[in-house]
Amino acid sequence: MSKLTFARAINAGLRKSLENDPKVVLMGEDIGALGGVFRVTDGLQKDFGKHRVVDTPLAESAIIGTAVGLAYRGYRPVCEIQFDGFIYPAFDQIVSQVAKMHYRTQGRVKMPITIRVPFGGGIGSPEHHSESPEAYFTHTSGLRVISVSNPQDAYTMIQQAIASDDPVLYFEPKRRYHDKGEVDETAELSTALSMEKARVVTPGSDVTLVTYGPLVKTANDAAMAAADEGVSVEVIDLRSLAPIDFPAVEASVRKTGRLVITHEAAQSGGLGAEIAASITERCFNYLEAAPVRITGFDIPYPYSKLEMHHLPDLDRILDGVDRALGRGNSLSGLEG
Amino acid sequence: MRSTVLTDEPGQDAYKVPNPGISAASPRRTGGDLVQLISPEGERISHPEFDLWVSDVTDEQLCSLYEDMMVIRRIDAEATALQRQGELALWPPLLGQEASQIGSGRALRDDDFVFPSYRDNGVAYCRGVEPTDLVRAWRGNASAGWDPYRHNIATQQIIIGSQSLHATGYAMGIQYDGADSVAVSYFGDGATSEGDVNEAMVFAASFQVPVVFICQNNHWAISEPVRIQSHIQIADRASGFGIPSMRVDGNDVLAVLAATRIALDRARNGGGPTFIEAVTYRMGPHTTADDPTRYRDANELEDWAAKDPITRLKALLRTKGLLTEEVEAKTQAKADEVARDLRAGVINMPDPAPLDLFKHVYSTPNSWIERQKDHYSRYLESFSGSTQEGAL
Repeated sequence: MSKLTFARAINAGLRKSLENDPKVVLMGEDIGALGGVFRVTDGLQKDFGKHRVVDTPLAESAIIGTAVGLAYRGYRPVCEIQFDGFIYPAFDQIVSQVAKMHYRTQGRVKMPITIRVPFGGGIGSPEHHSESPEAYFTHTSGLRVISVSNPQDAYTMIQQAIASDDPVLYFEPKRRYHDKGEVDETAELSTALSMEKARVVTPGSDVTLVTYGPLVKTANDAAMAAADEGVSVEVIDLRSLAPIDFPAVEASVRKTGRLVITHEAAQSGGLGAEIAASITERCFNYLEAAPVRITGFDIPYPYSKLEMHHLPDLDRILDGVDRALGRGNSLSGLEG
Repeated sequence: MRSTVLTDEPGQDAYKVPNPGISAASPRRTGGDLVQLISPEGERISHPEFDLWVSDVTDEQLCSLYEDMMVIRRIDAEATALQRQGELALWPPLLGQEASQIGSGRALRDDDFVFPSYRDNGVAYCRGVEPTDLVRAWRGNASAGWDPYRHNIATQQIIIGSQSLHATGYAMGIQYDGADSVAVSYFGDGATSEGDVNEAMVFAASFQVPVVFICQNNHWAISEPVRIQSHIQIADRASGFGIPSMRVDGNDVLAVLAATRIALDRARNGGGPTFIEAVTYRMGPHTTADDPTRYRDANELEDWAAKDPITRLKALLRTKGLLTEEVEAKTQAKADEVARDLRAGVINMPDPAPLDLFKHVYSTPNSWIERQKDHYSRYLESFSGSTQEGAL
């Protein structure tokens, strides 16, 4: 076991993948000598060379499009999109090519491409640097979408993503890059929890609180605060956003009867809507209250002086927990 | 119409061939005048440089190029007819572009890898794709018709210009592998306006990878004439990326063959990417759903009909005394046979099963897809036992 920051844990996972498979190639802007703007790829080009860790021209569509060609030739590209808000120029290649190639070719051409996306807010950045675009991709068949919440998962799941024969979008909560945690670098991938599985990170019995990525820590803090008031909150870290481990969420809701979902991304058409609908379909009779969503607002990501109002925090989550429990909350008395 | 010898553009030195092994016969040039080795009348025009690259073409090979062009024109006509008869949902005719596709396609080695657009059925034919597989997607029986690894040609790309990046990435892989094969990307004049094609040229030039960009300038992107895509000759765009280019008569199979060989040779020897503009003409509609009479002048079509790629090769063969009755009969028989096979293949193509819907979305089982498949399967099963007669 070693204590690593989130960013170092990803770095260690990338290094292990580069060591284990000569077909793994890292591509992106500033990932070489600089080690990436967040230093996630620090030192890798020096150790593996310019053909394994490739500084690309500044063209996101081409980063993904050339990764498709490399995958065609049997490589396993790992592409870094520098910031969440920079992924849109690559949207067409991701949605029309990466996601559909396996289906189009009836399984003959595999697209083992990993796309790393630092995402989410809370770091006081200018526009385009704090977005949560995951729902665009969870809505796209053919992609696997995961998000990590702690250094150990970051280390393990980047390797699982790279080893996957399907394309994986790997969302990294950039505001947690400096958080430290224990990482077992000797853990075998074969025995690790499948990247498709959700994990109960705080057990509880009164309310199920579902989240992923940067808000797992916030949700855990909220669960602790709720415990002080005698409310037992079960926190589920989804880890996989496409597909979502609905059986895990369902099992928890069958126990608690109450569901709160929280994410930074905007509410309408977001993952919270999908989870609320799916859980309602699967176990309506077990629900004691309507599912509650605590999310970013349906606005462009705001300027940084206001981001604390936009991002779900501990108090907003607890307000949602109160709503799910039918206790007094900020919307008491409102209908609908 | 006479071709002129290309003169090197000023500033050529900036694009010096990094590999001294490159033949002197393949200087890095930029655009320039149209290179032509066979005039529209079928006259063989000598060219001091390009001739060297086709001097080995035997009479027999010339007849074989003629046969290929006749066969692919026949496949194209048969597919168009099949669409008109309701057997195909859509077809993008390549009529008029046979020389561009056969001339370049026959220059390739088996281990080269092609990334074509939807109209490059002549190239796919050269790679050995079965005619029936060419139309599989157009009948709606599959998203794509063939195994890319069997023939070293990707499936047809419908998103305009997308495949130029795939070819460039594949060429990066060739470079990493230290191999001497080449990735070849085909696209049209419209695609040169797409960001992806421009980004592909940036990557290809920066990394000096073995890729050849073959742009068939067929003058029309559906209804938009090429002048809307480019204010300058398309081949001249490449110099801005530091990529040498050639502009050849795309209705001249020898000129296209020569240009492609020059580009492939450069790529194999570490000389990096090349851009070829094959100037040709889309004689037919964009697809069978299109109506070109709404946007183009019949006179233009007539002008281009006079430059037909097959007519001129036929005239050359006749001049050379190669167009014997035997050759004509053999070519016709082959074209008829392929067309017959294509028709039979289409008519007898089995429909896909409903649950094929869910196949190959992922390479490993996916819980969302499995659940939906299971539910849809139950839905379908709910009809078994009921009969049409019983319905209201």
